[in-house]
Amino acid sequence: MATSARPVAPAAAVTTAGAPISRIQVTVNGQPVVAEVEPRTLLVHFLREVLGLTGTHIGCDTSHCGACTVHLDGKPVKSCTVLAVQASGRQVRTVEGLEVDGKLSPVQEAFIEAHGLQCGFCTPGMMMTATALLARNPNPTDAETRDAIRGNLCRCTGYVNIVKAIRLAGQKMQSASSAPGGKP
Amino acid sequence: MSAPVPGVKGGIGQPILRKEDARFVRGKGSYIDDFKFPGMLYLDIARSPYAHAKITSIRTDRALKVPGVLAVITGKDLEAAGLAWMPTLMSDKQMVLPTDTVMYQAQEVVAVVADSRYAAADGAAAVEVDYEPLPVVTDPFKAIEPGAPVIRTDRKEPSNHIWHWETGDRAATDRAFATAPVSVAQDLYIPRIHVSSMETCGCIAQMDPVSGRFTLWMTTQAPHAIRTVFALVTGLPEQNIRVISPDIGGGFGGKVPVYPGYVLASVASIKTGRPVKWIEDRSENLQADSFARDYHIHAEVAAERDGTVTALRVKTLADHGYTDAAANPSKFPAGLFHIITGSYPFAKAFVEVDAAYTNKPPGGIAYRCSFRVTEAVYTIERMMDILAHRLRVDPAELRLKNFIPPEAFPYRSALGWTYDSGNYGAALAKAMEIIDYAGLRREQAEKRRKGELMGIGISSFTEIVGAGPSATFDILGIKMFDSAEVRIHPTGKVLARFGTKSQGQGHETTYAQILAEELGIPADDIRVEEGDTDTAPYGLGTYASRSTPTAGAAAAVAARKIREKGRRIAAHLLEVSPDDVEWKDFAFRVKGVPTKSKTMQEVAFAAYTNHPAGVEAGLEAVDYYDPPNMTYPFGSYICVVDIDTETGQVKVRRFVAVDDCGTIINPMIVDGQIHGGLTMGFAPALLEEIQYDENGNVHGGSFMDYLVPTAVETPNWETAKTVTPSPHHPLGAKGVGESATVGAPPAIVNAVVDALQPYGVEHIDIPIHPWKVWQILHTKRGPAP
Repeated sequence: MATSARPVAPAAAVTTAGAPISRIQVTVNGQPVVAEVEPRTLLVHFLREVLGLTGTHIGCDTSHCGACTVHLDGKPVKSCTVLAVQASGRQVRTVEGLEVDGKLSPVQEAFIEAHGLQCGFCTPGMMMTATALLARNPNPTDAETRDAIRGNLCRCTGYVNIVKAIRLAGQKMQSASSAPGGKP
Repeated sequence: MSAPVPGVKGGIGQPILRKEDARFVRGKGSYIDDFKFPGMLYLDIARSPYAHAKITSIRTDRALKVPGVLAVITGKDLEAAGLAWMPTLMSDKQMVLPTDTVMYQAQEVVAVVADSRYAAADGAAAVEVDYEPLPVVTDPFKAIEPGAPVIRTDRKEPSNHIWHWETGDRAATDRAFATAPVSVAQDLYIPRIHVSSMETCGCIAQMDPVSGRFTLWMTTQAPHAIRTVFALVTGLPEQNIRVISPDIGGGFGGKVPVYPGYVLASVASIKTGRPVKWIEDRSENLQADSFARDYHIHAEVAAERDGTVTALRVKTLADHGYTDAAANPSKFPAGLFHIITGSYPFAKAFVEVDAAYTNKPPGGIAYRCSFRVTEAVYTIERMMDILAHRLRVDPAELRLKNFIPPEAFPYRSALGWTYDSGNYGAALAKAMEIIDYAGLRREQAEKRRKGELMGIGISSFTEIVGAGPSATFDILGIKMFDSAEVRIHPTGKVLARFGTKSQGQGHETTYAQILAEELGIPADDIRVEEGDTDTAPYGLGTYASRSTPTAGAAAAVAARKIREKGRRIAAHLLEVSPDDVEWKDFAFRVKGVPTKSKTMQEVAFAAYTNHPAGVEAGLEAVDYYDPPNMTYPFGSYICVVDIDTETGQVKVRRFVAVDDCGTIINPMIVDGQIHGGLTMGFAPALLEEIQYDENGNVHGGSFMDYLVPTAVETPNWETAKTVTPSPHHPLGAKGVGESATVGAPPAIVNAVVDALQPYGVEHIDIPIHPWKVWQILHTKRGPAP
C-alpha cells in the first residue's frame, strides 16, 4: 500500500495483476503523493483514476486535442503523452489547482465572463495552456493567443470567445498586480 | 407618463453568465468517464481490419488468459440471446456484433471485459480472428449497378439500393425546364464528415441482479427515447430501466444513435452482475461512429432572362454505408432536404433521392444538423451563385431580386413547407452594410488588375428546425413533442425539469431565463435539470435545434398554467374575484389598481400554507408541447477570402454573419452558438473529409489526418442580428444551434469560386484544400497578363 500526504487508493483501475510496479513520488497541486503504478501508466490515467482528479480530460489518442493539458514543472504538457513515472520527483498542476483558497484564478473568471466555454470538455486543458501563456506573456495579441492554443482543440466555441477570455484574463492579472497592495 | 416596467433579474434578452460554468471551470463537470463505481469492470472492443470479409474463426482463449480479463462476448453469444442485430432509428437493422460477416473497417467484432482499463485493452489485442476478404463496394454509384456485390444479404432484396424518395411535381418541373430561357446545372458532392465532439461516446451499464433495476449512464442526447428503445429491444420492463445522461462533452447529433458499445456494456453487466464501463478511443469514434452528409447531388435551376428563378430540379444519391441509421423523422428518409427551395419563391420544384449501401459505417446521420438541411442549403446557395455568374449579375443583386418578400409570410413553398416568418432582404442588406460590400467589390476589381485573388461569397439561407408537429414528425413512432415540468417551492424557488438534454448549449441558463420572464422569479432562484429518465418528463431530446422551439415553448406554457392557478390564489390573498386579477409586470395585480398586487413568491408560499378552498395545494405544472409548425430561422452571411497564388492556400479574411433566430433568450449564448456553428461550417468547407480507398480503408480515422480546425485557421467571426419572431412560438423564438453550420459552407465556397473567376472556375467540391486550388492555378488558363 502506498503512503502519501493524502490517502491514495491502490492504482487498481489501471494496473494489471502480475505486472511490474514502479514507485513514484509526485507533487500534485502542491500535495506530495507517493504511489505504485505500472511503468506504462499514462500521467493522465494516474491523475484521473488513481488520484480522482477527473478535471483533466481525454479527447484523443494522438496528442492533438490538448484536453489533457496539465503543467509539469510549470510547463504545459499533454498528460496523455507523459508516463506517470516521468512525472516522478516533479511538480504537476491540474485544473483543480487553479482555484486558490476559494478564489477562482483570473483565467477561470475570464472564461466565465467572456463565455469562453460551452460543453466544458476542452476547458480545463485550454485554461492550463492559457495560464502558461499568460505567465510568460501577460498581454498577448490576438495572433499570439491563437498560436498559443493551437494544440488545444475546441469543437463548441469557434475560439473567438476563448481568445477574448484569455486576453481578458491577462488584463485582470495586470490590473491586479498594478493595484495598490497587489503583487509586484 | 407611466412608470418604467420593472424587469426580472435574468429574464429574456439578458446576456447573463451561465449557471453551468461554475463546475466546468473548476474541472468539476461530471462526464461519463469521470464516474467510478465499486466493482466496476471495463470493456474494450476488437475491431475488423477489413471493410468486407467473412469471419472464418474467432479464437478468444489467449484473450481470456490475459490477467484481469473476465469475459469475452462474440456475435454468436449475442445471437443466442437474440441481440446480434438491433434496429436503427430509421427502422433498418444494424449489427451489435457480426456472426459471420463484417461490413466496414473498424467494425466491432469481439468485446472483452476486464477488471482494469489496461487489461481490457490487452485482452482486445489478444483476440484472434481469421477473415476471408469479400469484394468491397465503396462507390455508391457502382453499388447500385446491376451485378454489384450485394452487401446486405440478410435482406430480401438482392440489391444495394435502399430506397427511392421523391417530392414535388415532376411533370410540371420538367415542363418549366423545357421552356426556360435560362438554366444552369451542376454536380455537387458533399463528402463524409464526422462530428468529433471533444468527448467521445461511452457508458456505464449496471444491472442489479437482485432488484432487476438496470441503470445506464450514457452519452446520449435523447435519454427518454433510448429508454423506450432499450425496453423494446431487450424486453426489460421500462420502469426498471433508468437512463442517466450526465454532462456531455459535445454532441452535435453524434450522440443520438445507439452504438454497439452501449449494448455490449449492457450485456456484459447483465452477464457479470457488475457495473461495466465502455469508453471509446478517438480513433474508434472517428472510424466507426455515425457520419454525416455523403450526398452526391445533381442540381438544376431554371430562370427567366432577368434572373427570376422559376424551377428547381434535384437528383441525389445518398451513401448510407452498410445500414440506414439516419436520425431522421420516420416519414422523411431524406430528412428535410425539401427545404432546398431555400429563400426563393420557386414556382415548380422536384427533388428525388436514392439511397445506397456501401462498405462503410453508417452515414448521413449528424454533424450539427442531421436532417439534410445543410445539404439543401449548400445546394441552393451554390446554384444561386452559379446562376448569377452565368447571367453576369452580382450574386447579391440576384438574391435581392428573388427573395420571398416579407409580406408573403406565412409562405408555402413549392415542396409543401409553410415558412413561419422571414425578412430575408433586411438580413442581407445588414450584412452588406457591415462588411461594406460595394467597397469590397471595388477592392476586388483593383486586385484583379494586379493579378491578386480575392473573393466575396454570400449565403442567404433558410433553415427548418424545431421538430416537430406530431402529425408529421416521429422517431420510431414516438411523436416529436417535448416537455417541461415546473415546480415552485414554498419559498418561491423553482425546480424545472425537461425532456431535452444539453451538450454545451447552456440549457440550465436559457430555460431559467424563460421561466424567470414568465414567472417573475429571478433566474438565480431557478434550478434546471435534464437527462435522468427517473425524474425528468418524457421528451425526444436535444438535436436539430429543437430545444428552444419545443421544450423552451413547454417551459413558457407550463409557467402560464402556473400563473392561471396562481391568479386564483392571488385573488384569495387580495380578497377579490379571480376575474379581477391579472398578471402584469411580473406580478398578480388587481385590474385598475396595479399597486394592489402579490408576487409569485407570495402566491407560492400561500399555495402551501394558505390555499383557498376549492384549489389544490402546491404550485406546479407540466406541459408536453406539440409545436403547430416548424420554425424557419434564416440569415445572410458574407465571406471574404484571399488566395495565396503560390500555395493555393485560402485565407478567410472576414466573415460577417447576420442571423435571425426570432426572439433571443440570451444574446451571449446565441452568439456563442453562432461562433461554434460557423466553425463547424468552415471545417467541412476547407478542411474536414473522411475518405475511403477502393479496399474500404478509412483515411481520416484519427486527428492526424482528420483536420478539426484549430484557433489558428479559424476566422475571427463577426456577428449581427435581425429579429423576426416566429408567430406561432409562445416566445417568438426559433432555435439557433445549427443555423451557422448550415449557412456557412456555401458562403465560403462561393467566395473561393468568386476569387477564381479569372480562371473560369464554376465550382469546386469541398473541402477546398490548397492542393485543389493549386491544381487550378497551374492547369487552368489564368487571366490575361
